[in-house]
This record gives sequence, C-alpha cells and structure tokens, in this order.
Amino acid sequence: MNARVELRGVRKAFHEDRPNVFWAVDGIDLVLPAGGVTVLAGPSGSGKTTLLTLIGCLARPTEGRVRLDGRDISGLPEPFLAALRRQTFGFVFQRFNLIRGLTVLDNVMLPAYPLGPPHRALTRRANAALERLGIGHRAGALVESLSGGEAQRTAIARALINDPAVLIADEPTANLDTALSLAFLDIVSDLRAEGRTLLLSSHDPLVREASVVDRAVELRDGRVVADHETRAEPAG
Amino acid sequence: MTEWRSTLARQRYLLDFTVAAMKRRRARNLGLLLVYGGMVFLLASVLFYTGALKHEAGLLLAEAPEIVVQRMVAGRHDLIPETHAETLRRIRGIRAVQGRLWGYHYDPVVRANYTLLVPPSDDIAPGTTVIGPALARARGAGIGDVLSFRGHDGALRAFRIQAVLPQESGLVSADLFLVAEPDFRALFGVPAGQYTDLALRIPNAREIQTVAEKVLETLPDSRPILREEMLRTYDAVFDWRSALVLLPLSGALLAFAILAWEKASGLSADERREIGILKAVGWETGDVLAMKLWEGGLLSLLAFLFGTAAAYWHVFGLSAPLLAPVMQGWSVLYPAFRLTPAIDATQLLALFFLTVLPYLAATLVPVWRAAVTDPDEVMR
Ligand SMILES: Nc1ncnc2c1ncn2[C@@H]1O[C@H](COP(=O)(O)OP(=O)(O)OP(=O)(O)O)[C@@H](O)[C@H]1O
Ligand SMILES: [Mg+2]
Repeated sequence: MNARVELRGVRKAFHEDRPNVFWAVDGIDLVLPAGGVTVLAGPSGSGKTTLLTLIGCLARPTEGRVRLDGRDISGLPEPFLAALRRQTFGFVFQRFNLIRGLTVLDNVMLPAYPLGPPHRALTRRANAALERLGIGHRAGALVESLSGGEAQRTAIARALINDPAVLIADEPTANLDTALSLAFLDIVSDLRAEGRTLLLSSHDPLVREASVVDRAVELRDGRVVADHETRAEPAG
Repeated sequence: MTEWRSTLARQRYLLDFTVAAMKRRRARNLGLLLVYGGMVFLLASVLFYTGALKHEAGLLLAEAPEIVVQRMVAGRHDLIPETHAETLRRIRGIRAVQGRLWGYHYDPVVRANYTLLVPPSDDIAPGTTVIGPALARARGAGIGDVLSFRGHDGALRAFRIQAVLPQESGLVSADLFLVAEPDFRALFGVPAGQYTDLALRIPNAREIQTVAEKVLETLPDSRPILREEMLRTYDAVFDWRSALVLLPLSGALLAFAILAWEKASGLSADERREIGILKAVGWETGDVLAMKLWEGGLLSLLAFLFGTAAAYWHVFGLSAPLLAPVMQGWSVLYPAFRLTPAIDATQLLALFFLTVLPYLAATLVPVWRAAVTDPDEVMR
C-alpha cells in the first residue's frame, strides 16, 4: 500500500466572493508519508476538519497543491476525485453518516456499488469486515438501532470495504466513552500494522497521547503551529 | 466482457439501492404514484375514448354511401323528389341512387329524441318496429310490447316491437326506431315520391369529386355531402369534445405539474445529506444521477402502467362511465355498449413521453445540482 500525501501552500477560503471571506486553512505545507498514524490536534475552529476534507478529496483547495504519490490531485476533474475517495481514502465521519433505513451490511457495501463487483464476493467481504470489528452479529440490523460504538464500527467497516490505503477519521472518539475510545485505538493499531496510513483529527488527549500515534500536528487559525514525532519505532 | 458485466452489476446495485430508498420513503412515493397515476388515467381515458369513438364512427361511415344528396329550399334541408333520383341515375359514375327516409321524433315520456328510419331492406312489416337497445331500456319495453305516439296529424299510431337491436351494434343504433315505409310516410306526412335524402353509390373513389360537381351542375338546388367530409366532421366533433374534457382538465394538469415539480424537485434535507454521503464514500455524480434516474423512471413507469391499465379498463371494460356523459352526448339516450378496443400506438407513445420525461427532468435537475457540489458538507 502506498499513498504519500504532500501539501504545498494549501489554503481554503469560505465565503470567497463575499466581504466576510474566511480562510479556514491558511497556508499549510505538510508531508504525510505512507503508513503510520498522524493526529491533527488544535482548538475548535482551527481548521482540522477542513484540512481533512482537502486531503481526502471531499473539497478542493482554494490555493496551493495537494499531491498524492507525487501526482497533483488538486485540479483533477470530479470523476477522478470520486475514484480517489472510493479507493484510496476511507472516511469515518464524526457523526458516522450511516444511511438510515438500510441494514448494517448494506451500509458497508455502499462504497463498492459503483465498481460493480460480484454480489457474493462483496457480501463476503463486508461480512468479513464486520466480523473482524466484532459486530458480525449486527449485519442484518437497521443502522438506527445501533449503539454509538456499533455505529462507529459500521462506519469503519464501510470505510475499509474498498481496501483504501488511507483511513481518515474526524473526531473519532467524540461520541465514545473511555472504554470504547480505547477499543477504537486498538482497531487503529491493527490497521496501522497492516501498513495503512491513518489520519485522525482529535481534541481528545486520550487519542493524542496514545502510544499508537506516530505524529501529532497541531493547528491554530488554519496554520501548523507544532509538528512532533511522538513515537520512535517505525510503522508497520 | 468483465467491463460489461461490472457495468451491469453496477446498475443492479444502483437499482437495488433505489428500491430500498423508495421503500424507506413509502408514504411520499405512494402519494406521488397515486396523483401521477390518476393524471395518466384521466389523460389516457380521454385518449382511448376519443380514439374508440372515432374508430366506431369510421366503421360506421365505411358502410355509408360515398355521397348523400340533400335538397335545399331557401337554404334549408327539404324533402327531395324521386324525379331528382331519376336525373342522377343518368350521371356516369353513379352505380345506384337510393331514396332514404329518416327523421327524429321527440318522445316526451322519456324526454329524448328517437331516430326514425326506414331500413333499406324492406323487412319490417307495417305496424311493427325494431328499436335500439337504449330506447328499449328507456321505455322499459321488450319484444311484443306496443309503443305508440302521435304523428304529424295528431293521430295516435301503434307499433308492435318485433325485435330489439343487440347491445354491441354500435354507437348510433342506440336510439333507433325502425319502421316500414308506409308507416313512416303516414307518421310524418311525407308524400309518396319524396325522400329525406338520396344515397349515391360510386364504386370508383377517384370519381367522387367529379360526380359531386356534376350533381351540383345538374341539380342546382341540391347539396351533395361527401363521406370524407362526414368523416372529417366526426373527427372534428370528437376532437372538440375531447378538448372540452381536456380543457378543464388542463387546470388539474397544471396543478399536477406544479405538485410533481415541487415534490420531485424539492429535495428534502435528508435526501441532500444522503447524496452527500454517497458522494463522500466515492459515488460519482453519474452514479447518483443514475440512481435517481432509476427512482424517477420506476415511479413514472409504474404510474404510466397503472394509469393506462386503469384507463383501458375504464373505457373498454366499463364503457367510460366518467366520460360518456360529456363525450357522446348528441343523443340523450346513452348507448350502453362496449367499445371495441382501438388504441393508437403513437398517441400512447406521446402520452408516455409527455408524462415520463417531464417527471424525470423535474427529478434530475435538483439532484444534479446537489450531486455536483463538493461533498464536504457531510463532515459538518
Ligand atoms: N462551509 C463553511 N462555511 C463557512 N465557514 C466554514 C465552513 N466550514 C468551516 N467553516 C469555518 O472554518 C473554520 C474551521 O472549521 P473546521 O471545521 O475545519 O475546524 P475544526 O478544527 O475541525 O473545529 P472543531 O474542532 O470544532 O471540529 C471554522 O471557523 C468554521 O466556522
Ligand atoms: Mg472538526
């Protein structure tokens, strides 16, 4: 698995054409090598979520370049960005964003639909992912009936269904108690061991100071104010 | 091959997802289906009914004489003498000239007009009659009963019913009252040697026009009426009647269009969010559009099928109880007959495109707008 992300002079403005233009991300240079766990820290409003959307191709930067394995992806047309979101990046949203009315299994399979894989193979893969995250028994349940921890695991399984190199999670422990947060970090540790790149944003000291974290990048007002390696041993 | 297969699989997945999505919004979709299907039903009913009536009229006129000649006196239709028939028989191209006797009688009992007619074949005995089914129903009369009414001279005349015409014998037979020639003349005071009009048989279709001109030349007081003209008049009448129905309906149509537009185009916050999620997890704009196309397509196709099937049943199964009073009302006695199914494929196709395409457009435009925006909203 490969996926080296490189940001050069990246800025993102909101209300660009209005007088109250606001730069949520204001000039970031950052290299995220393949593999390892990086945490984006910083106070509320510092631009963590915005930066994650730029890296994960959910939005385009207003200025600057985002490169993936050396290739400039900031100017790619929409279908290419969609393909990257589908196959290179997996997302675990802060509010999970599962689709209500569908079962856990259906939600997990969703990102694979545009690829049109054989149905049986896809079902097997989805079940395996759920099994692995310890919620195989909930596969047939409607997502409305899930607890917070189960919903998050469903979201993780969905993010992993197309086997992405990078997993992006925004505030993954915001809705979890300590035990569930620690369980989440265990999952992160497993994924890291598989060689995936993990990119988390978090206020939570429990996450920032976890032993699994390789690097913490601190943002403030849309800029990097601190960047430290927190773990000496190599990833993977 | 694998490319093709995965495209197919992709569409299957999208379709499955669509069906699941529609089930989730069951009330909304059922409501849409009902209104939409109802609209298609009304339109298709009018369409089928007009088509069938025209068809019926066409069949009727196919047996009608090529030219009917009336005599005009002071700009009004008058009786035509046998001598005119003699004159016409000498015109080349005319194979036969037949004097016809027919007219209307108002019956105050049922407050309706009968069409009195002497059938060309002389098989009705004087003092008897053969009547149409609607008339039989209206008078509650059957074979062997006696119907009597006053003639032009006030004298009461009685007719024993010899037979009742079958139900399905057509549109215009409903109010018929067939009598023998002497009875007809006595009833209305039509002297011997006079007829209501003359029917001309012209075997060669290309000569009809010239014959009509010659008729006018030799009998300046006559008015030849071509069968083609009658066909056109029928068409015009039926078109006019269907317009009469569609006109008030168009208000409802407009309301429907607005409702459909609003229902279809007003993406709920839920749907918008769902589109954002799908995009965020890697669906392309095209996938979202294809999914919504399935949704709109399924819904409008279902509505179209239900609407047209119900209309077919309404018109050809039930004889259009909702439309009949407006559409065929030249006689107060409505015929209770079954229309022969006659469907115009082009009209059906037009109906299909007029109902399905606008709906698809109405759904797709807002979806497209939602689907081309960046999906970063779902992170909030
Ligand atoms: N769509 C938007 N329109 C306008 N302003 C926005 C939008 N999205 C984000 N912002 C603003 O950009 C700034 C950065 O937001 P962002 O969500 O990236 O911060 P964050 O570090 O993730 O904060 P938190 O810790 O609260 O999640 C905030 O001030 C926010 O109000
Ligand atoms: Mg945030």
